[in-house]
Amino acid sequence: MNMYETVIGLETHVQLKTKSKIFCACSTQFGSEPNVNTCPVCLGLPGSLPVMNKEALALAMKVGLALNAQIASRIKFDRKNYFYPDLPKAYQISQYDMPVSSKGELVIEVKSPSGSDVIKKRIGITRAHLEEDAGKLLHEGVKDGSWVDYNRGGVPLLEIVSEPDLRLPEEAYEYLHTLKSILIYLDVSDCNMEEGSLRCDANVSIRKNGDAKLGTKVEIKNLNSFKAVQKALQYEIKRQTELVERGERIRQETRLWDEGKGQTFSMRSKEEAHDYRYFPEPDLVPFTVSREQVETVRKALPELPQARIERFRKTFELSEYDAYALVSDKPLADYFEACVAKGVHPKLVSNWLQTELIGALNERKIDFTKNPVSASDLAALVRLIENGTISGKIAKDVLPLMIDEKKSADMIVKEKNLVQVTDEKLIEKVCDQVIAANPKVVEQYRSGKTQSIGFLVGQVMKEMQGKASPKLANEILARKLG
Amino acid sequence: MELHKLTLKQAAEFSKANPQNAKELFNALKARAKAIDSKVKAYLSLIEKEPSFETKGILAGVPISIKDNICIEGCETTCGSKILKGYVPPYDATVIKKLKAAGAFIVGKCNMDEFAFGSSNESSAFGPVHNPWDLTRVPGGSSGGSAASVAADEAIAALGSDTGGSIRQPASFCSAVGIKPTYGRVSRYGLVAFGSSLDQIGPITKTVEDAAILLGVIAGHDPHDSTSANLPVPDYTKSLVKDVKGLKIGLPKEYFVKGLDPDVEQAVRKAVKIYQDLGAKIVEISLPHTSYAVHIYYIVATAEASSNLGRFDGVRYGFRAQSSNLSDMYLKTRDEGFGAEAKRRILLGTFVLSAGYYDAYYLRGLKARTLLKQDFEKAFEQVDLILSPTAPTPPFKLGEKVDDPISMYLSDIYTISANLAGVPAISIPGGFSKELLPIGIQLMAKPFAEETIFRAAYAFEQATDFHKKKPTL
Repeated sequence: MNMYETVIGLETHVQLKTKSKIFCACSTQFGSEPNVNTCPVCLGLPGSLPVMNKEALALAMKVGLALNAQIASRIKFDRKNYFYPDLPKAYQISQYDMPVSSKGELVIEVKSPSGSDVIKKRIGITRAHLEEDAGKLLHEGVKDGSWVDYNRGGVPLLEIVSEPDLRLPEEAYEYLHTLKSILIYLDVSDCNMEEGSLRCDANVSIRKNGDAKLGTKVEIKNLNSFKAVQKALQYEIKRQTELVERGERIRQETRLWDEGKGQTFSMRSKEEAHDYRYFPEPDLVPFTVSREQVETVRKALPELPQARIERFRKTFELSEYDAYALVSDKPLADYFEACVAKGVHPKLVSNWLQTELIGALNERKIDFTKNPVSASDLAALVRLIENGTISGKIAKDVLPLMIDEKKSADMIVKEKNLVQVTDEKLIEKVCDQVIAANPKVVEQYRSGKTQSIGFLVGQVMKEMQGKASPKLANEILARKLG
Repeated sequence: MELHKLTLKQAAEFSKANPQNAKELFNALKARAKAIDSKVKAYLSLIEKEPSFETKGILAGVPISIKDNICIEGCETTCGSKILKGYVPPYDATVIKKLKAAGAFIVGKCNMDEFAFGSSNESSAFGPVHNPWDLTRVPGGSSGGSAASVAADEAIAALGSDTGGSIRQPASFCSAVGIKPTYGRVSRYGLVAFGSSLDQIGPITKTVEDAAILLGVIAGHDPHDSTSANLPVPDYTKSLVKDVKGLKIGLPKEYFVKGLDPDVEQAVRKAVKIYQDLGAKIVEISLPHTSYAVHIYYIVATAEASSNLGRFDGVRYGFRAQSSNLSDMYLKTRDEGFGAEAKRRILLGTFVLSAGYYDAYYLRGLKARTLLKQDFEKAFEQVDLILSPTAPTPPFKLGEKVDDPISMYLSDIYTISANLAGVPAISIPGGFSKELLPIGIQLMAKPFAEETIFRAAYAFEQATDFHKKKPTL
């Protein structure tokens, strides 16, 4: 049994989806030519002044409320001073002692200690504060130095800081997954880690089981995916455990994760840490947020993932597993609801969507966002199965054609003449042939091995190119053999 | 007619008549500057390109000089510092936009203490300005170039900036009118920041009327400056009535203490007498936290300055020292680019904000600032105006205080409080010392009571001849 307990806290930086930057009117468009989305304000030119974009505040309040946090009644900004070429004013406008929201929580699903159950765990959210993003250094293809692209400078960020309530790398992964899902539902961020609209730093320490005091913490940076967070934490826990077991001390420091090497490396020690000299930003006048404003934002909150899972379970009678799988991926859940709205059976849609459609798309390496089968197309296919026009087996052949040929299910069924045969006389005729051709199997059935009827049904289907109603074939065979 | 001697009011009337007049005036000022600025050194650069001469707008055809910390699109803006040598802003400050919209044009950029750090103009990286009244003396600072350009008739009027007295003290030293408006009255957008919670742009002019006209043009709410007040701008010229009957003027007892030059004190006493004769009521008041003002100022202003000046790092614009790596570039650029006073203030400001010292210095400074502000709130429950010297002495000799920063800092003792409290304050010519050096009188009022200031300043000016005297150059 492991002697040590791990303590993890996460700091997540979320780029908020505003049209313009947090303190100027420049576009937040990702992927523009370098330094196109800049002006005297976000370039920090001498004499320029920031003006608060209230849209960023509205989005930050949405996140705060969704995390059950308290929203500050007074909005104040501070300057965080440090030198780096991507920071054009040599200070970042941030919030120091009065974050826009504080004391929230995020409920995640984790394995129970026994490992057999899934239980809910509450992770405290210390605070979430607004700040401006910095620019980006470009080193590639530059001889003798670096270029700086300030397009990202001044894009609004919300830094969400968790309490050190996480105990396992898997929990950290689950926290990020759940948080991202909420942010997507709130429509406040693209949460795209590759484009940097979601970034995460992890704080991790270990302590002997039962110790009340926290161990020395190490901060890990340069985590470019949720998996990287998990892997870096696993590595770091092992490293720290080995150090402690050798009787060595853990240094308080910031370490960088090297994805290629699968290791963390020391970036700077506590002694080298910056003194940011925070002080109130004199260029932005603090202002108050009324309770009414908070209530207006609260009332406009969309349905959040947890509530949607509940609704899917209750209204559509989906299993917890299916509901969770659908809801965690908002576009998928929206697609599902659009199908169900066409009046087809939810459970059937869930199966056809999650297993068949996703499977077929994956095989073809098509991202779900580029799925050519519209929700009404899939609903139409499911309806054909429901009303017996085609069998499920035929439907499995129809769906790939819908993707590849971009045709509707009805059209494919008509063109290929796949309509299920429900003509009992015709099926009876084939059943008779199959019974005659398989005396041994018939014998087995009659001697009590009733499951061998499956083989005979299969033979009927094969004879009829899969178009026979399996239900009818089964009934007729049973009658004839019985 | 000597065109360069015109007041702003006269110049506007003259230029409005026809574009030819405006051109004549512009050329007259340029000629004047070319003739005498080698002695005064008020300008860092003159606008060479002839403007298009407008006849529309209340300042149509009026040439104005601008302190070199206010951005003008396409014109080098150095703040008197080597670190910004060659920097050309791509945008106009809001005050420049307003001046241009009113038809004014810019004669040149005025010399100043480096980043407005100073009270003598000697900290300019490009050499000091000389006082037009005595070329061996300082013009005051930091808007020394602006004040000298007006006093020497090298500009019809000027814009300066005032963080702790930088408009009023040079106005006092040069016998000009200089007003620091209420914090928030004039947009700071485009003013290179020194102490962001203290800085205000304001006019330096030959007469009170000129100051009232010019402030009316540059004041007002600016959506680009969150600290600018969203209040209507009154017509300040309507306050120019020769009547102070019934006005209550306070004299802070804490202001008449050791260190006040006897000639200055005498001028202030005379001013009090004039106001009494004009029918104002003089009341002794108390501003109990006065003795802390300089201390508070050098905490708050340097803290903000240390942060505001971080951006001058050699990465994007201005001066960059040759270096082999990033940290070297920062260190060398800032070491070679900033002068001694700038470094002193950056170090002070960095210190008071540092972990472990923040509470003892910066936070206490902020609390003390609140107390000082309350002194003024209480005083203005009693009186309409506070009268005081602008500076404790007449202009001192060049080099006299360069090596004594504390003594230099004390020359702002009467002006600093108005910035800390955010109240408007004016300096008007109040006479001359035995050595015939200018002395200024300061009037302060409650926030946004610039009209009261103009009313009293105008009445005093009309009752005296000090503003009519010109230096011999």
